[in-house]
Amino acid sequence: MSAIAVSTTINGDDVEFLCQPDETLLDVLRNRLGLLGSKEGCGTGDCGACSTVMDGRVVCSCLVLGAEAEGHTIETIEGMAQGKDLHPLQRKFIEHAALQCGICTPGFLVTAKALLEVNPDPTEEEIRFWLAGNLCRCTGYDKIVRAVQDAAREMRGEVA
Amino acid sequence: MSFDATFQEKKLKSVGTRPLRPDGVDKVTGRARYGADYNMPGQLVARVLRSPHAHARIVRIDTARAEGLKGVKAVITAADLPDLTNGNAALFAILDNCMARTKALYDGHAVAAVAAIDAKVARAALKLIEVEYEILPHVVDVDAAARPDAPVIDEGIFTSGVEPKPDSPSNVAARSEFGHGDVEAGFAKAEVIVERSYKTEQTHQGYIEPHACVANCNADGTADLWVCTQGHFVYRQNCADLLGLEVSKLRVTSSEIGGGFGGKTHVWAEPVALALSRKAGRPVKLVMSREEVFRASGPTSATSIDVKIGATRDGRITAATSTLRYTSGPYPDTWAEIGAMTSFACYDLENVKTVGFEVVVNRPKVAAYRAPSAPMAAFAVESAIDELAQEIGMDAVELRIKNAAQEGTRASYGPVYGPIGIGPTLDAARVHPHMSAPLGKNQGRGMACGFWFNFGGETCTDLNISADGTVTLAVGTVDVGGSRASLSLIAAEEMGIPYDDIKAVVADTATLGYNDMTDGSRGTFSSSMATISAARNAITVMRERAALMWDIPVEDVYWEEGQAKAAGSKYGNLSPLSVKDIAAEAGNTGGPIAGHSELVADGAGVSFATHICDVEVDPETGATSIVRYTVIQDAGKAVHPSYVEGQYQGGAAQGIGWALNEEYIYGEDGRLQNPGFLDYRIPVCSDLPMIDTQILEIPNPNHPYGVRGVGETSIVPPLAAVANAVSNAAGVRLSHVPISPPRILAALHKQARE
Repeated sequence: MSAIAVSTTINGDDVEFLCQPDETLLDVLRNRLGLLGSKEGCGTGDCGACSTVMDGRVVCSCLVLGAEAEGHTIETIEGMAQGKDLHPLQRKFIEHAALQCGICTPGFLVTAKALLEVNPDPTEEEIRFWLAGNLCRCTGYDKIVRAVQDAAREMRGEVA
Repeated sequence: MSFDATFQEKKLKSVGTRPLRPDGVDKVTGRARYGADYNMPGQLVARVLRSPHAHARIVRIDTARAEGLKGVKAVITAADLPDLTNGNAALFAILDNCMARTKALYDGHAVAAVAAIDAKVARAALKLIEVEYEILPHVVDVDAAARPDAPVIDEGIFTSGVEPKPDSPSNVAARSEFGHGDVEAGFAKAEVIVERSYKTEQTHQGYIEPHACVANCNADGTADLWVCTQGHFVYRQNCADLLGLEVSKLRVTSSEIGGGFGGKTHVWAEPVALALSRKAGRPVKLVMSREEVFRASGPTSATSIDVKIGATRDGRITAATSTLRYTSGPYPDTWAEIGAMTSFACYDLENVKTVGFEVVVNRPKVAAYRAPSAPMAAFAVESAIDELAQEIGMDAVELRIKNAAQEGTRASYGPVYGPIGIGPTLDAARVHPHMSAPLGKNQGRGMACGFWFNFGGETCTDLNISADGTVTLAVGTVDVGGSRASLSLIAAEEMGIPYDDIKAVVADTATLGYNDMTDGSRGTFSSSMATISAARNAITVMRERAALMWDIPVEDVYWEEGQAKAAGSKYGNLSPLSVKDIAAEAGNTGGPIAGHSELVADGAGVSFATHICDVEVDPETGATSIVRYTVIQDAGKAVHPSYVEGQYQGGAAQGIGWALNEEYIYGEDGRLQNPGFLDYRIPVCSDLPMIDTQILEIPNPNHPYGVRGVGETSIVPPLAAVANAVSNAAGVRLSHVPISPPRILAALHKQARE
């Protein structure tokens, strides 16, 4: 099989890469582009550790082919902070001790950011169901949910 | 230097606060590097061929076609990992588990491995390896394996711990016994006796990061290993032993670890990757798939446990026994023994006897999982205690308080307890608002207690003071969930300097002395002890340097609040010297300033917890939801309370998953049917409520700040707490976890028929 040339936008930058037809977007991000922040926890779309945003929609990048990125916009954890400034979710995850081992954290942050973009004031239940595709084995989710709630409050301009 | 670890009551400034963790930014930006996030020049990709059979003799392996495939650089079998274990049975089990030698002993057992230029070639090569198996009868169930007519997995296993030695081999590898008093006399005094049998299914630690490593063997006998592990020093020793390397020439670096919970305390892939690298002459990266993690990395034991408890009508237990059968995978181990030690550890019993049986089965080799063996024993005992309370019409908390162990109690497994937290956690539970929260329709409440030993072990820590007075703390215990933060707090406290002046790192095996595995809840306990010792040694040096700077006797220099001060009125005009002042002059007063510590952290205080759980059971579907959950646990001293709470919540969530859903499901063919997160369902965010925590602090007398391990105990009570709650909600006793919807429905239907 010969490689496919793909032109895409990743974290706001034009990116071109070659990939094999059967290569996943996650493999491309990690192995060809050096974007190691997306993690492979299962490779079958069950754990959410590889969550990325494609044209505004959260996807498991292990279930997307690299070639499918052609002409689309991809956002990964590496694009979440603006230079030195962490996104409020990133700050709140640290403040609330919402991570222990941290392997699931990039996926949670990418997914939670997408939630707050469509629903700036989610209920606890809405947060829990939106994040139900992201597995965390360390925290029991308590501090993750609280961090998302607190970040949402701050982003709405309410005093935390 | 001698080190006094005795607890000293004092007001703490840094310990007990909640600063930001030092590795936080790396972990929220995706920059933290885990096992699979490291690469070397010219690196090959490895894949492992695994047995599809639960039990089979390996008649022949032909790797010629695979070796001939373009892009394949090495193929190995057991022949490439010769037996260097020299009669060490435990080490041989590790070797045989890494690569099957004469028999495949479980579905997923590695039989060969390849290293190739990329994953695609490696996968293609696996298909070209021909393995001829002679399929043997298998057994996976703990009770079936223990029966005399079961297929014998290892003809060399004769039950140890029984007299006389059996004359035929069996799958029961060992018998162990603990206890004291006269249980027959105790049962004779009992007015009520509860006797029940329980089962628990095999679960997996379920860390989100699969095992991953990069191995590089050089022709000059040196080697490097980058790996996600709970214990890089132990991995170094195991790999060196198995490959015949000189220990100091193998440098092991622990990556960030994406969860372990005991599951990353054993080598599987690492010796294979090193052997491939040795054969290929190139670096090799080996990352397990999720399916491989389930099929071939360490799950916990499946168990079958009988409990008998007798009591007088006023609620005093007169005698208690338990018989515990634990699977250990295909190799003998000590999991039942640990279960037998823990089963009645919460109680003050005059007459108690516990007997453990290790059972080998055709399942993966069992690895530790958070307080290994204790949750199953607690499930059985705490379920039986609940039934006893109901039989005599006593409140479940009151019955436990009446029989709780206390300081001076002789534990069922032998030692006499010092100050312990079981009574205080029960007292806190009794008055906790959770206990009086209203319950709705189909809801029920349960509670249970749990115990874990905690561990200390060999520990080595370096504390280096830089020219600007900031401090690098190099520890050898892996940071599994915030220990760099807690150990920085400890160093700040002991030295009297700000938390932000300290940078804690996990050192590799070439730059620090040996450290035991980060297990047994020992990370913060043992490394904090070594950190305190190292800081005190550094302070001794700084006092000497201050004495030189002032030209006064060192005896007249004391350390207070981060400063050297001159004692006595004769030095009235000497301003105190800070760490920064002393560090700035280090070049003129004797060179670099450091404190080192090598010690065995004895005296890990035992740990107790009480959990309260409310559930709602849907009588039509058998589905259970957790409505409310409270964890009350003794931390000794919570160094960073946020991460202590996190340990409590995380352990509870894992226990809830074990109680309600998680189990290995085997087919008649002995093959694992659910090796993935879709069918092996760990709790997701929408499955759980907030998990309330209450930290009690009963100081450990053997630690300067009173610290006890906190990581493991929280997984011990949930199985029983959930089971007791479900049983109360459904009105029928559930004695087999996981209490999945089919089991609940079966129990409800059986009750309806009766």
